[in-house]
Amino acid sequence: MPRLSTVTVGTELDERTHETSMVSLFLYNAAVWNPHRIHFDAEYTTQVEKHPNIVVDGPLQGDWLSQVVTEWLGEDGDLVEFEYSNRRAAYLGERLRAGGEVVEIDQQAGTVTLQLYIKNADDAVIAPGRALVRLPG
Amino acid sequence: MTRRDIVKYAIATQQRLEKYRRGDEAPPMFLFNAHQPLVDLDALRPDGLTVDPLLPELPLRRVMAGGIKNTYHRPVKPGDHLVLTRTIADIYEKQGASGPLIFVVYGVRVETENGELVMEEIRRRIFR
Repeated sequence: MPRLSTVTVGTELDERTHETSMVSLFLYNAAVWNPHRIHFDAEYTTQVEKHPNIVVDGPLQGDWLSQVVTEWLGEDGDLVEFEYSNRRAAYLGERLRAGGEVVEIDQQAGTVTLQLYIKNADDAVIAPGRALVRLPG
Repeated sequence: MTRRDIVKYAIATQQRLEKYRRGDEAPPMFLFNAHQPLVDLDALRPDGLTVDPLLPELPLRRVMAGGIKNTYHRPVKPGDHLVLTRTIADIYEKQGASGPLIFVVYGVRVETENGELVMEEIRRRIFR
């Protein structure tokens, strides 16, 4: 459980690997009520929208970024701000890694800024993110 | 907000924290798309997406997720009755590596029925 008094700039958050399947993507899109065919219709995705394969939802990658933060916080601490950008597409079955590190500590405000990333197998950052969290002393 | 919907979301996104897995609290991205208008199947576009009644007809048709910026004021819990207000904050063009792009920026405000602010979302959609 991170504390404001012990956290340091450069502290790395645990990295987690995510690999989507047709079933996991289906359930995610059902949960957020997203009927976009690029997430379940392979023929449409490749022939009409010209993607190489079924597309992993951008906001699902956003959720994985948020989990890097919430797992680090555990039951303590609050997420105050959270943002990310989807820079490059990812496709069904790709191994993606979500992680981050502490980049700034504001002792007075009691907050810590985290820099976050989703990286693909080539180690390219396809979705950078940032979070501001409030930590217990 | 129901516990059942929170648990479904937690399973689909493989949440590890017990508070999310039990549905005691919604994960931070749970409300993504909650502002989307619900329409009948025959009102969906050929790509499956919902026609957005706020948008004029755009010259570019293909839609990609762009990203979000959320500010959290308090967690969402089962039993909450929330009011979501969606506005178009900006529409602008950019030249992308493979052609022109249109960025649509939405602002979503999430409040309780009593007007207590729960969350603010800024969301970008990209048309290519």
